[in-house]
Formats: sequence, C-alpha cells, structure tokens
Amino acid sequence: MTGLARVEDAALLTGQGRFLDDLDPLPGTLVAAVVRSPHAHARIRSVDLDRARSHPGVAAVIGPDEVLATLKPFPLSVKAATPYYPTATDKTRFVGEPVAVVVASDRYVAEDAAELVDVDYEPLPAVVRTDRALQDDAPLLHDQAESNVATDRTFTFGAVDEAFASAAHVVSRSYSFPRYSSTPMECYAVVAEWRDGVDGPEVTAHANFHGPFSMAPVVAGALGLPTSSLRLIVPADIGGSFGIKSAVYPYIALMALASKHAGRPVRWTEDRLEHLVASSSGSDRLMTFEAAVDDDGVVSALRVDLVDNVGAYLRPPEPSTLYRCFGNITGAYRIDAVAIRARAVVTNKSPTGLNRGFGGQQLYFGLERLMDDIATSRGIDPADVRRRNMVTSDAFPYATPSGGIYDSGDYHRALELALDNAGYEQLRKEQRISRDNGEWMGIGLATIVDPSATNIGYVGLATPVQDRTARRGKSGSTEHVRVSVDPQGIVSVLLGSVPQGQGHATVARDVVARHLGLPVEQVRPRVEMDTATTPWTISSGSYSSRFAPLLTSALLEACDRLADTIKVAASVLLQVEPAALELADGMVRVSDDHERAVAFRHAAGLVHWDPGSLPDGCSARLYEEAAFSPPQSKAASLTDQINSSLCYGFVADVVVVRIDKQTLQVRIESVSSVHDAGTILNETLLEGQVHGAMVQALGGAMFEEMSYSDSGQPTAGTFMDYLCPTAAEACFPLTSAHQETPSPLTRLGAKGCGEGSSMSLPVAIANAVADALAPEGVQITSLPLHGNVLHQLLNATNGD
Amino acid sequence: MKAAPFAYVRPGTVQDVVAELARDGAKVLAGGQSLVPVLAMRLGRPSTLVDINAVPELDRLSRDNGSIRVGATVRQRRLQRDDLSASVPLLRLALPWIGHREIRSRGTVCGSIAHADPAAELPAVASCLDATMLLTSTRGQRQIAAAEFFTGALTTVIEPDELLTEVLFPVAGPGEGFGFGEFARRHGDFALAGAAVRVRTTGDALQARVTCFGISDQPVTADVTAQLRAALAEVGPSPTGSQLRRGLAERADEVAADVVDTSGDGHASTAYRRRLVAGLLAREVSRAYLTSTSASEVSAS
Ligand SMILES: Cc1cc2nc3c(=O)[nH]c(=O)nc-3n(C[C@H](O)[C@H](O)[C@H](O)COP(=O)(O)OP(=O)(O)OC[C@H]3O[C@@H](n4cnc5c(N)ncnc54)[C@H](O)[C@@H]3O)c2cc1C
Repeated sequence: MTGLARVEDAALLTGQGRFLDDLDPLPGTLVAAVVRSPHAHARIRSVDLDRARSHPGVAAVIGPDEVLATLKPFPLSVKAATPYYPTATDKTRFVGEPVAVVVASDRYVAEDAAELVDVDYEPLPAVVRTDRALQDDAPLLHDQAESNVATDRTFTFGAVDEAFASAAHVVSRSYSFPRYSSTPMECYAVVAEWRDGVDGPEVTAHANFHGPFSMAPVVAGALGLPTSSLRLIVPADIGGSFGIKSAVYPYIALMALASKHAGRPVRWTEDRLEHLVASSSGSDRLMTFEAAVDDDGVVSALRVDLVDNVGAYLRPPEPSTLYRCFGNITGAYRIDAVAIRARAVVTNKSPTGLNRGFGGQQLYFGLERLMDDIATSRGIDPADVRRRNMVTSDAFPYATPSGGIYDSGDYHRALELALDNAGYEQLRKEQRISRDNGEWMGIGLATIVDPSATNIGYVGLATPVQDRTARRGKSGSTEHVRVSVDPQGIVSVLLGSVPQGQGHATVARDVVARHLGLPVEQVRPRVEMDTATTPWTISSGSYSSRFAPLLTSALLEACDRLADTIKVAASVLLQVEPAALELADGMVRVSDDHERAVAFRHAAGLVHWDPGSLPDGCSARLYEEAAFSPPQSKAASLTDQINSSLCYGFVADVVVVRIDKQTLQVRIESVSSVHDAGTILNETLLEGQVHGAMVQALGGAMFEEMSYSDSGQPTAGTFMDYLCPTAAEACFPLTSAHQETPSPLTRLGAKGCGEGSSMSLPVAIANAVADALAPEGVQITSLPLHGNVLHQLLNATNGD
Repeated sequence: MKAAPFAYVRPGTVQDVVAELARDGAKVLAGGQSLVPVLAMRLGRPSTLVDINAVPELDRLSRDNGSIRVGATVRQRRLQRDDLSASVPLLRLALPWIGHREIRSRGTVCGSIAHADPAAELPAVASCLDATMLLTSTRGQRQIAAAEFFTGALTTVIEPDELLTEVLFPVAGPGEGFGFGEFARRHGDFALAGAAVRVRTTGDALQARVTCFGISDQPVTADVTAQLRAALAEVGPSPTGSQLRRGLAERADEVAADVVDTSGDGHASTAYRRRLVAGLLAREVSRAYLTSTSASEVSAS
C-alpha cells in the first residue's frame, strides 16, 4: 500500500494535458457540426442538403442517403429488429438524434450551414415512459419489431416457487430508478479520416474512446471493414468519462463517413448541449422485487423483474445494464433461489449505456430498498436484517445461484466497522429524541457486493441458449501490457488501459518498481492506445474497474519474464546461477550474499550491448508483453449461469439525513463508508475513487435527472436544469474506512474500486430519507429526492 | 454552440452608444453573463453587439441626494464590496446570492435589471426599494420607477434604442430594517423562490413590504403591514425572532398563495413554491422587523 502522489498531476494542473482538442494529428482537418432531430418521434419525409452544400466554406454535407449507401447497421448484442445507424434513416426516434452532418472550414460556418439543412418531418406520437412502452397499443418505435420490448428473458435458479410457497411472509415492492449520467468535463471528440488503400478503405480515427474495445469490431462492422482496417488512436489524456464516453463510437463511424465525402480528415467536438441530449446515460429501470421471508427476516428466495428503458435503440453494449450484475444479483446475501425476468424496452429517449456502477445502482436500489422494507415490515432493525442474511466469512469462495463466484470477503466485519464508525447505536438514540421533537431524521444503510473485472461474456445471456451458436460463446476479461527496458536500465511501461483520470500510470509505476526492486524514477509509464501498435483485445478498455485486478496482474507477469532475462544477464556478470539472484534497490544481487551484486542497468546494458555473452538458448529480449486471462471468466453456461465478474468487493454505507420541515431540503449529516477492494494499491487514489463515486451517487440521489416531457422533449437539456452537485453540496462529513480481504484470483490480491459507492450510496440515501419520513407514512420508491419531490409525496399521503 | 454572425462595435461615449442602438437589431453587451449564452445557443440573433465597456462615464458608482447611483458597467461584485452599498443594506444582503463570485465579477447591476430574469435578485431589490431607472436614447432621457419598469419575463419598458445608464437605489432611512432570503436546489443557482423585505418602524407607524421573486413572470411586491401588525398583536410588542416567525407563519401562507402564480416546473411546483415563499416571508419579515426596531433605537439615541 502506498500514498504515492500521482505522476499525472503536474501536467494536468499546469495545463500541459494533451486532450484531443489540443492535438492536430491529421493536418488539413475540417470541422463538422451535426444536424439533430428536434422531434422525439417523426418520420423523415425528405432531407434536402442542397442549400447547406452551397453555403460558402462547406466541404460536404451527408444525410440518411449517404449513410445508407455506405454503412451497415451496427451489429447488435442481441438479435432484435431495431436496426441502429449513426444517424436516423427512416424515422427519428429521439430528440437530438443525428440526421445530417455538415463539414466546413470551421465550427461557426458548419453551424451556419447546418441551419440550411431542410428536413421535412412528419411528427408521430412518442412513447417515453417505460410502463407505457410495455403496452400493446403504445406507439411502435421500430416498424419491423413486434413491440417495443427489445429483449425479454426469464431465468430460474434453485427452488424458487417452493420457497415462496412455504414462506412465512412475502414482501413485494415496485421501484423505479431514474436516468442520469456522469457528465464528464470533456465531451466527446473524434478526428477521423477515410482513405482508400491498396486493400480497400482504411479508417484512422482519433477519439476519446476508452473501450470496451468490443466496440471496435462493432464500428468496423458498420463501416463494412475488417477490424484491422480501423485504426483507433486514443489520446493520453481523457477528461473524465465514468463510462459515458464509450458511446462516442457511433460518431467514429459517422465522422469516417463524413471524411469519405469531404475528402479530408474531419474533426467533431461535441458541445455540452449535444452531450446532454444525445450522448449517453445510465438506463432508467422499473423493477419489482419480491422476497420469501421467514419470521426473523431471513430471505430464502427472490423474484426479480427488471425492465430497463434503453432509449431509442438497443445500442451495444446494451442490454448489458441488465446483465452486468447477473452473477451478483442476490447481492451480499445468502439467497439460494432466484427467479429473474430481464426486459429492455425502447422508447423515444436518448440511448443508454455504461455509467459508473453500470447496472449496480439500478439493481441495488431495488434489492437494498427491499431489505429495508423487509426490516420495516418485520419490525427488525435494518442492520440486523443484513446481519442475518449476509454471506458469512467462512463461505468463500461463495457460489451464487446465478453463477457468480464471490472470491473473498468478510461482509459482517465490514458492516460492523461502518456501523461503529457511524456511531450507529447512538444515532438510533438521537433519532428517537429527534422524532419526539417532531424532527425528521433518518439513518440509511446499504451493503453491496461490488463487482469488478467484468467477464464480458454476460452479454451472451441476452440470447437464449438454443440461439447461442455452439463453440462461439463469449467470455473473458483479458488485459494486456508491454514492458521494456532500455540500455540505461530505464523500464518503460506501455499502458493501453485508456485511463480518463484514474491515475493508472502512478499505480503501474509503483507496482513495477516494487516488483523489479527499482526506484520509482527508473520506471516510466506511457499511456498510449493505438490499435495498430498497442496490444489489445475485445475486452480491453477502461471500464468495470478492471485496472487494479487485471492490468496489475498482467504487469507482474511481464515483469517476471523481464526479471528472468535480467537475472540471466547478471549471472553472466556475477558468475552465479540465475536462480541464486534477486532484484532489490536497483541491483541484482545474490540472495544470500548481498555484497555480490551488479546494477540492474548493467545487467540490462549487457543484454542490449553484448547479447553474444548470454548463455545459449537465452534470447536477448528486454521487452515483454503479457496478457492476463483469468480462467474463472467463462462464457455463460448451458444453464444460463455466469460468473459475470472476476472479483467481488464489498461496500457498506451508513448515511444520516435530516430534512428541513419548511423547505423539505434533505441535508446529509454524515456518511460512514467501508470499502473492501482487496489489497489496496494506492490509498490516496482509492480514497479519490470513493469520493468521486459518492459525489456521482449524490447527483443521482438528490440532484440530477435526465428528464423528459411526455412528448419526449428533454427537460434537463442544459446545466441550468441538469443539476450536478458542486463542492458546496458535496461537502458532507465522511468517515471512510477500508478493509482488505485480498482476492485469491489476482496477482496482488487487488479488486476493482472505481465504482463501489456509486452503486450503494444512492439507495443508502433513499433508505435514510425513507427512515426519516417513516412517521409520515411516506414510501420512497424512486429517486431523485429533493424538496419538490418530498412535497408531493407528503401531500399525497396527507390527501391534499 | 456557436453564435450566428453579428457585427461588433465598442463605442467610447454614451452618445455613440445610443447612436448605435438606434440601428435595427442592435443590442447592448454589458457583462455578457446572460447575453453570451443566449448568443451561443442561437436563441438571440442581434445584428450588432454594442459593447458598452469602453465608456468611462458608465463605470461610475456614486452617492447623491439620498440615493446611490450605479452606472451601467458597474459590476455586481464591485457594488457588493464598495463602502457605498453599506447605505443600502438590502443590496448587501442580496448581492452575495447572485450566482457565483466569478459571475458577479463580470455581471453588471444594470444588466441584471435590464435582463429582468424573473428569478433574479436585483430586480426584486429594485422593486422592494422602488429604485429609479435612468434610460437614455437619441430621443433623450427618461426616469422610470421600478413599479412601472418590469413588464414580464425578461421584458421591461426599455425600448430597443434605449440604454439603461444608471440605477438609483434609495439609501436606508432611520427605522428601516431589511431581510432577504431565497431557496435554490444548489448553492449559487437562480432561486426557486426568494423574498426581499423592507420594514419601517417610526414611533407607532409601521410599514412592511415584501417583493417576492422566482414565483411569477416578474417580481411581485405586496404590502404586509397588516399581517405584521396582526402577528405582533398576537405575540406581543417585543418578540424573539422565533416567536414572531411563528406568529407570521399562517399569515405568510396566505400571502404566498396570493403572490405565487408560476405554473411550476420539475424543480418546484406551484404548491411547493408557495411553501418556500411562506417560510421565507415569515423568516425575513421577522428579521427585518427586529432590525428595524433596533435601527430606530440606534437612530433615536
Ligand atoms: C452560471 C450563472 C449563474 C447566474 N446566476 C444568477 C443568479 O443567481 N441571479 C441573478 O440575478 N443572475 C444570475 N446570473 C446572471 C448574471 O447576474 C448576469 O450578469 C445578469 O443577468 C446580466 O448582466 P450582464 O452585465 O452580464 O448583462 P449581459 O449578459 O451583457 O446582458 C443581458 C441583457 O441585458 C441587456 N443589457 C445589459 N445592460 C444593459 C443596459 N445598460 N441597458 C440596456 N440593456 C442592457 C443586454 O442587451 C442583454 O439583453 C447568472 C449567470 C450565470 C452565467
């Protein structure tokens, strides 16, 4: 564990960051503006590009005809009759959907000409709400589809019906989770060039895309090219994403096409208005949770019905929000039987996708609200309900009914620590006094399993077993790295992990330096992703907290091999067996005689300058690539089970709120949080992740919502209405603590830690508000929670 | 998010400014904190921007004849920090609520009043104090009282060719006390509801006036003397703040029901805004009354 300062900070803080807008990688680049639909749902009668094309300074204008002529629909994750192109073709299906692209000398001219694109729309009735989309008579988004339900699967694991039939109590609740985003500071950016090469068209695209690189073949598929004809280059600096930027990929295809027509490279930089209406967000979800419960509040079985609202298209990797947490759908609890129905509906809203916590905040909002509802209905303290149901520390590795294998943990100890740090018993006493005084004070808990290092094979579950092609399953969570040593013994680490501010370089440097016994200064990480030169695969990318568990494991593998070569070289210099050597303090020394040593750099120098002196059969190789491919990440089984992540951490949050009786403002009085992310690699960075995840959670719980009017107009299309919490809102007192139960499956025992509280804190806040307002008979079943919402809820229960 | 084409001029005198404004489609650019976003979103398309920031005489902040006079380019933050504004306590209470420090450093006092956002603080202060607006054009000058100035959401009596050259805020007199409060979901946001209050106690005479904002298409001023009197009758002549607030609570509900007439939005329904206004009224009228009585004691001694 270390608190090593971030190597990234100096450049970022002095304005030396290199974001795509700072770079001019392809000289002669023109600038694009996107013409977008003002209608939520409309048939496109005609698109006339002539006036825009003849505007001075315009190089090319493309619309649906050009898109259909060259592009194929993006390959979807599931067979569904919802073809998805980077622009509308027959109909527009959400406000902000691209319809045409204008390429011009600069953005001003491009926007002037964009106003000259004449689109004749025939407005159609829109469907926005999930419950409405499920109805038979709802307006149909995709003419070829039978309904707006794009995917519908049911799963049963264990003796669910039997458990419900014999249960003393059944607790059943419906909840809804809102749609929100993470609004990274830097919006989407693409520079793309289409060129006709000897082997057919070649596309080079620079984009602030961070994976999953499974989207590379998706983009190539739309372009009709083999994946290797699409060269994707990601700048070293990305201004945040939290998953949101994975959805820049449709614009890569679109700008490549624009470049084909302009005959020049094309740059498109998304502005904030575009970002807020048409980029991406987490999906909103309607859900029903039902538990078979005994007198003590112990749950024996669950029924879970999830309906995700994915917006206008089943844009890959959707419907993954439904499946990312499949293996941990029973959360932190020992529940052996679960029935799941997983549906996604399309509506006239913007398409959804990855958002920090992906699928977790939605799942746990249901599960953890349910645990509180069980507690309330049985008259048991919410902490006790959790104690009675949580997986015990002697049960690891613990297999969940849906296929998850929890690698390690001690949930009870972590919960007790969170409760102690919060002063839970004392808080309950204070609450009794507050209630006697007529005040609204509440305490909310959430205890969640925090999955990391996704096994992208879960996407396969959306397709029924009989339709999954035999021996063409999907699985995996491979991570690559390349490490090399120069003639001076400086170690370079090539990181294709496409970070967006997490500090990968800092941790990589530290891990390599420790492992090779070098001072950190002797290790130089370089962040670079160029699919033509950087090792990568389908699962590459920065998502699902993969870096700490996977990339560091790959690093060690590469370092081990380098160390072997260095030891052989040193053995030549020291005339001892390589096996007798160890690396420490920048030296290669004899393990039981530290005086006999050579500098690491001399050993490295020998390999570079005098490979002839190496023993026979030893190749003079001082660069190593490693791919860490955990065998535990398998494709979905024939019984539809999947270990959907490699590692499973744990979070316990305890939140205290007070609600002002006049303004109904919810004030967070304190948060106590315990994270178990396995071995801690860097305390400062981990704590940073905790804080960031909490602020994101706070946004979703109390401030942010991508709301729409019933006609499908976004009602939070600027930062005047889409309210991100600021420093003023985020400064609640926090006691954050950590527990370390190392993962046996990763080299350092580290699990991911980038998402935890973004999954747990929204529901912990909801539980606290529900607890505060329990005396008023108010039920909390959705977010966000702010004065206006509470006013409605209180008045509804007062009957006026 | 790029503005449509426009011409830009930066005259050095008021005379040249109003000459430019006499042309069709010309618009004043002051601090730009409201206008520039409007341009960037192409919600407004002036043919010419008349930048007034190079006119020295518009940058004056002075006091005369019982008023402080604020010129057209005086920034909100300058007024907040200048000693002069101490003589208009309501300004001192209200200015910190405008956006964030960065916004106040650029945004002008006159610009906020000319822009007339229904949720803005300064139009409410101007209304509550009955400030005077000085308008200049090639046709001459006119003075308009706040009560006649605001005509609707983002609209005032300013004609397209007129420049708001100065705002005159009356300095506080003896026995005057003030209150100001607002509620927003986040620190620095435009208010969902707000209230500016002036209470005057001289001897037995009592006068209380509130201007609410964020609750209608323009600031709404109401005389609440009767309500304050009634509350005082109930809780006694020298109440504590919380006693007086409780005395005012129900009466504040009635005032709020009257003044709030927006249709509401996702951040606050009409009913919720009424609840907020009622709370603010009870608190700020009580605060203003208590400072007015201590102010009159001070001035009597
Ligand atoms: C993030 C943010 C938060 C904000 N929060 C608040 C807030 O909480 N409360 C609040 O009140 N305001 C807020 N504002 C607005 C800010 O106070 C503006 O400064 C003010 O509304 C306009 O002043 P300005 O000098 O910037 O005017 P400009 O933006 O330059 O002009 C605004 C309009 O007034 C006209 N105009 C300006 N000056 C004159 C004049 N002298 N004569 C005639 N017409 C004129 C212009 O032509 C234009 O139509 C916020 C702004 C931002 C960007």
